Amino acid sequence: MTEDQKLIGVKIDELLEKVKEFHTLGYRLAQIGCTKTDVLEINYSFDKDYNFVNLRITIPSIDIEIPSVSCIYWSAFLYENEISDLYGIKIKNMAIDYKGSFYRTTVKYPFNPQNTGSSGEGISS
Amino acid sequence: MTKRTIIPFGPQHPVLPEPIHLDLVLEDELVVEAIPSIGFIHRGLEKLVEKKDFIDFVYVAERICGICSFIHGLTYCIAVEEIMKIKVPERADYLRTIWSELSRMHSHLLWMGLMADAFGFESLFMHTWRMREKILDIIENTTGGRVIFASAKVGGVRRDIDSAALKSISKSLESYRSELKEITDVFIKDSSVQHRLIGVGVLKKEQVYELGAVGPTLRASGWPIDTRKLGYAAYKNIDFEPIIETSGDSYARCVVRIKELFQSIDIIRQLAGKIPDGPIEIKVTGNPDGEFFARTEQPRGEVIYYAKANGTRFLQRLRVRTPTFANIPSLVKMLPGSSLADVPVLVLTIDPCISCAER
Repeated sequence: MTEDQKLIGVKIDELLEKVKEFHTLGYRLAQIGCTKTDVLEINYSFDKDYNFVNLRITIPSIDIEIPSVSCIYWSAFLYENEISDLYGIKIKNMAIDYKGSFYRTTVKYPFNPQNTGSSGEGISS
Repeated sequence: MTKRTIIPFGPQHPVLPEPIHLDLVLEDELVVEAIPSIGFIHRGLEKLVEKKDFIDFVYVAERICGICSFIHGLTYCIAVEEIMKIKVPERADYLRTIWSELSRMHSHLLWMGLMADAFGFESLFMHTWRMREKILDIIENTTGGRVIFASAKVGGVRRDIDSAALKSISKSLESYRSELKEITDVFIKDSSVQHRLIGVGVLKKEQVYELGAVGPTLRASGWPIDTRKLGYAAYKNIDFEPIIETSGDSYARCVVRIKELFQSIDIIRQLAGKIPDGPIEIKVTGNPDGEFFARTEQPRGEVIYYAKANGTRFLQRLRVRTPTFANIPSLVKMLPGSSLADVPVLVLTIDPCISCAER
């Protein structure tokens, strides 16, 4: 094992509060990434002194809007735009919102669980 | 109020052969705001993991980048090995570390050449790349490839380096050191280079950490954070400390990379002296089931591979956070206040690899 990693599940409405705690403790935002299983999971990864901790929210439905953490970690806007463009997850109050033009994909929301793989209106720029 | 002009920079630009676009908001010659845009060549390689056997996917991971390809393959292997609880033979760990450091050297030399080209020092550019060729020759002699060399595999490595060759590499790098110093001294001492880099694109210590920067961009502002200190592969057996500078400007980012070149030579010398005999791979059986975030230090900084598997031959998810992606916010924040003429140099100081970012 190269390192111990912590994974903490949080509810969507607790997310900002928890992220703020990590910010106050001096953690660096290492990454934000989304995973599609039976539900959608978003991992918020933080690092401080090589301690790697992940917050995980689960999104039961693609229609649920989640808050942006870019008001706490400004750099989060890149990760959030990526998630928004690839999965179609709605994220409110991003520091910079590219409104679907961050990635110029042929298929719109290519990682979206409801995506059938057809193209067409997908070019979003 | 001074009239504002928006200048489009990229995705095709003579100085920067990387498909990134910046909308530069200018007041006269001064940049007041920069809005980045990528996504021109997004390849969806992460999605491909759902259709490629987890053993075979190493080849795809290596092709995420044409510069730090080996470390991409290595990080993917570490992620899968951690999930499967595979203990790689010690000799394989050492070989992985040697190739990682050679990759770092040729990447930093590539960057130095591009930087010299960006500020118009053509002879320095050519000498730097001449030195890079020697590193590529070592890689070619030990793997058969020059940039993408397919030497990492889940469970170990595909090739060995015999002890005579290791001694020869270590010896040749020691003599290489003095020749390299002649060139790096130009970067460090030449007044025309200093004029273009010192005090340009300053990132303050607190600011760069807050922005989530990694690698030389982070260390040049005084943070001794280097993912190699996690001790993956054979780094746990090597004596080294992260290289830092404190001024946070373009010059500091250049100096960090130069010092890391010499550090890599020292690390390879240590590895060549300590590498144990033994097998270079173990047989991998079964399928991965679980998840792990593998982190390694690429030339541009920390890369994160998140792998999630469900017991089949195909991973459920692979998410790659590349160092360039993490450094874009720092770039956006360092541009305001600079002159338009400095923009190409500033973009280069984060050593952008958009190919990585557009995995």
